[in-house]
Amino acid sequence: MSSTVYHDFQYASPSHQAETAAVGMWLFLATEVLFFGGLLLSWIYARHFNQLGFDAGAHETKLWIGTLNTGILITSSFVYALGLAFIRVGNVRRLIQCCVVTLLLGLVFLALKFGLEWRNDFANHLFPAASDFKIIGAAQGGAKLFFLFYFIATGLHGVHMLVGVGLLLWIIWRAQRRQFCALYHTPVHAVGLYWSFVDIVWLTLYPLIYLVGSR
Amino acid sequence: MNASVLTTGTVVENSQIEGSYLTDGYTIRSWLLTTDHKRIALLYLGAITIFFFIGGIAAALVRFNLIVPEGLLGSAEAYNRLFTMHGVVMVWFFLVPAVPVTLGNFLIPLMLGARDLAFPRLNLFSWYLFMLGGAVTLWALFAGGLDTGWTFYTPLSTMYSNSHVVLAAVGIFISGFSSIATGLNFIVSIHRLRAPGMTWYRMPVFLWSLYSLSVLLVLATPVLAITLLLLVMERVFHVGVFDPAIGGDPLLFQHLFWFYSHPAVYMMILPGFGVVSEIIPAFSRKRIFGYKFVVWASVSIAVISFFVWGHHMFVAGISLYSAVLFSILSYLVAVPSAIKIFNWLGTMHKGYIHFDAPMLYALGFIGLFTIGGLTGLWVAALAADVHLTQTYFVVAHFHYIMVGGMVSAFFGGLHFWWPKITGRMYPEMWARIAALIMFIGFNLTFFPQFILGYLGMPRRYYAYSPDFQVLNVLSSAGATILAAAYLLPLGYLLWSLMYGERAPANPWGATGLEWQTSSPPPTVNFIETPVVTEAPYNYPRPESIAKQHV
Amino acid sequence: MSLWLPAATSNATEVDHLLWALLLLSLAVLALVFTLLFRYIIKYRASSNLDRGVILEKTWYFETAWTIATMLVFFVLFVWGANLYVRLFQPPTGALKIYIIAKQWMWKAEHVGGQRELNAVHLPVGRPIELVMTSEDVIHDFSVPAFRIKHDVLPDRYETLAFTVTRAGTYSLYCTQYCGLDHSRMIGQIVALPPVEFQAWLARYGTSENLAAEGESLFMRFGCSGCHGGNGAGGRQDTSTVHAPSLVGLYGSPVPLADGSVVVADDRYVHDAIVRPQQQLVAGYAPIMPSFAGQIGEEDILKLLAYIKSLAAQAAQ
Repeated sequence: MSSTVYHDFQYASPSHQAETAAVGMWLFLATEVLFFGGLLLSWIYARHFNQLGFDAGAHETKLWIGTLNTGILITSSFVYALGLAFIRVGNVRRLIQCCVVTLLLGLVFLALKFGLEWRNDFANHLFPAASDFKIIGAAQGGAKLFFLFYFIATGLHGVHMLVGVGLLLWIIWRAQRRQFCALYHTPVHAVGLYWSFVDIVWLTLYPLIYLVGSR
Repeated sequence: MNASVLTTGTVVENSQIEGSYLTDGYTIRSWLLTTDHKRIALLYLGAITIFFFIGGIAAALVRFNLIVPEGLLGSAEAYNRLFTMHGVVMVWFFLVPAVPVTLGNFLIPLMLGARDLAFPRLNLFSWYLFMLGGAVTLWALFAGGLDTGWTFYTPLSTMYSNSHVVLAAVGIFISGFSSIATGLNFIVSIHRLRAPGMTWYRMPVFLWSLYSLSVLLVLATPVLAITLLLLVMERVFHVGVFDPAIGGDPLLFQHLFWFYSHPAVYMMILPGFGVVSEIIPAFSRKRIFGYKFVVWASVSIAVISFFVWGHHMFVAGISLYSAVLFSILSYLVAVPSAIKIFNWLGTMHKGYIHFDAPMLYALGFIGLFTIGGLTGLWVAALAADVHLTQTYFVVAHFHYIMVGGMVSAFFGGLHFWWPKITGRMYPEMWARIAALIMFIGFNLTFFPQFILGYLGMPRRYYAYSPDFQVLNVLSSAGATILAAAYLLPLGYLLWSLMYGERAPANPWGATGLEWQTSSPPPTVNFIETPVVTEAPYNYPRPESIAKQHV
Repeated sequence: MSLWLPAATSNATEVDHLLWALLLLSLAVLALVFTLLFRYIIKYRASSNLDRGVILEKTWYFETAWTIATMLVFFVLFVWGANLYVRLFQPPTGALKIYIIAKQWMWKAEHVGGQRELNAVHLPVGRPIELVMTSEDVIHDFSVPAFRIKHDVLPDRYETLAFTVTRAGTYSLYCTQYCGLDHSRMIGQIVALPPVEFQAWLARYGTSENLAAEGESLFMRFGCSGCHGGNGAGGRQDTSTVHAPSLVGLYGSPVPLADGSVVVADDRYVHDAIVRPQQQLVAGYAPIMPSFAGQIGEEDILKLLAYIKSLAAQAAQ
């Protein structure tokens, strides 16, 4: 890899551009806070008026899958951060390895969430639009609301995870072509911010789904 | 790159540069795959012009229908779809984008002394998102239409409407990401790409206005996105968070919707304030009065605008306490707007005032925005709002601000910077005539609506009581005149592209970095990076700087 | 074309005063702005050689002064409007209740004596009226410009509107929340009659059954008596095995809820107890009452409400 790092003509230097890219990613994450924030506030508002049903719904969630998934995601963020630390000192090989591990952990998360947990939920008649919804009686309305939020929130989170998986593949592809070095690895940094953010969103969803009112 | 001092008044003439951004590539590919902010601005200009005319035709048909009390169109269903189309297209595909994506995209790097925005490829992607969102929405509107009003209230939109709700919502959802990307680009550019010596307080007011606007774009639009998503889920699955049958709340939709839509109306007007704040000093040959108050007024409008959404819900079923709180906050947000009017007047005081078309539009803005803003005080008063809300009074109020204000500002800015963007002068006489016709047509269209509203005529009515006919006919007559006023600029501006007089770099003798490069600018904007050493609007004694174009 | 709108309630006159004040203020500000504007464009036009003199550098005196002045004026308007609004929405005492049910695209009114109207509401002058309103489908809005009032009418809940008419006459009623195809045809008339004529109207259009009696038969038919007992006396009788609260004397009394708060059992409470019992669980009772949302129409709920009210009247005797 040559030692020349280019920058676009509106920037004064490569570091100017690299820092600016990070600023841009942080701002994008702020918009995501407002996006998920609207959903979370609606969730809290709905729960306030339907506690009976929400608790009944929360009882049906599988704590072990949620907790395992939380551990998987936190680990994946840690591993990616390791990869970023490696590329900062120029170690491309370790970067790729860390990205691959992160990718695998992400895929395991998705498999558990959608392949196992959602499939289970559908089989247990917990999809709120189903005519044979599992919970009946006074708590039915609130439970349906709970599961509406559950499916929408985890679905949106899953979409963000898929985008993250795509970004990881892109980073791995570029790293294999030796496009990153100690002097230049801005995309690695930006994707790391994104991945960790998606992780934080999950950490906010986890208590709302699995912990509040469930046991 | 060498930095050298470009003092105010130094002008770089066309002859020093070979070609411009317009001649830098003639293929369609060079336009559709451009990352040059100036070309992207023109791509957007074409798009929003088309949307403006689509929304305008819908408005024309609405006013046509209202000429007789029974409704001239013969179909309430058609009417309901038309006023919805008018609202959806005008709000999301004209008013919110107009100034930012055309004038903002073009001018921000120039005003900053930069060569492009922070993320040029994201800028191009924004345009494609906008076009995709627009295409999907237009498809919904033309393939049978939408009949919920642009406000999509539930449960009408989720459970009862037989129209293309999901498709329209998806189109708007996509265009929202275009807005977010644009706002993000602007904020980062203003923070990171200012030329050496350009401190925050040396930036032109236009940049502060666009910065404030961009904060609204990035923080409020995501809430619209999630709201539309929840709406679509409920419509598709027939069960949802707004459904009272399972313990949901239709009022939650209104809170979420207005949480975005109130900042949205400030998104629409803030750039207009910015444009007027550039035109008035330029055509008064005088520094803007109270620069710091003006710029902080924009910022405070942006901040406070997040806390007033409930004033759209005073009779919706919210608690008395929250209504009272929203009312006082609504009065608070009106204060900075009032300040701006006084500051513009203060700028003109003891100036040297010229009456070119941009100035006529800016003066029209002051008059019409003042009327619109004053009527905002009426609807902010709780007990008055109970009578006036959901009537034509509110329709007149927001049209005075959006059309009388914002559209005037857009035309003013378009004329002011037309020489910079195209390298041509527009025909001054025709432009002044158009500005005058617009002012007259506008007032005739919308002033009668204040009276209609007081008398109780509800909005979104296909047919109405015969008592209201005279005022409706006056309004429709005004609309015809207004339509002519909009067609005129389309005509002469296009004409000027071919036959207009070639423009010098600084035809108005205005301050600002954008006037110190050629008209039109080269792709790189500046041959040498400018260094800023002076406050903005540093007009020298007016007699000593000749306007280069009479 | 008439530019005059009757003011048929005391509230309407007060609102008109506020509107006049707003008009005068707006005209004053407009006069100021336009005068200055015209003065400047004439006096300071570029071709005028008038000596502009010294340009003010320190502008913050003016800035602060006009900012504070603006805030004060706005504050006065806010207080005036808020005061009137809060007084308007205080629940009246001893009001005559009329029930309004909105439906695409018509207004149904029901009087306590069982009289029913379509797209019209007859009411007496000089007596406090309380409209209790709900919708059977989408959100509508009950608007009477002559009274200067309106309020949204929502599905599955009660909203109220109160006023006292001061002038007899016939006034326009509009729906002012866009509700679909025939929104503009969802209009009607408010007929305000002097008290004697109103009584005569009630007598002429009275029905043989009153709402409470119809409510009693619905109480049996929908199975309410199965848990709440034959005369609403509660679930402690031999006739039911479910421990359900007694409804005798319920209406108008305080009810302790499971979350520790206490609410008064008014129309809204009873309505919501039928369609979403799980949102206001009563202290000391298991949350097993099913929701009847979608099974009992709003008109039938009004009859049940009348019946339950009659139980309170009985208890008082």
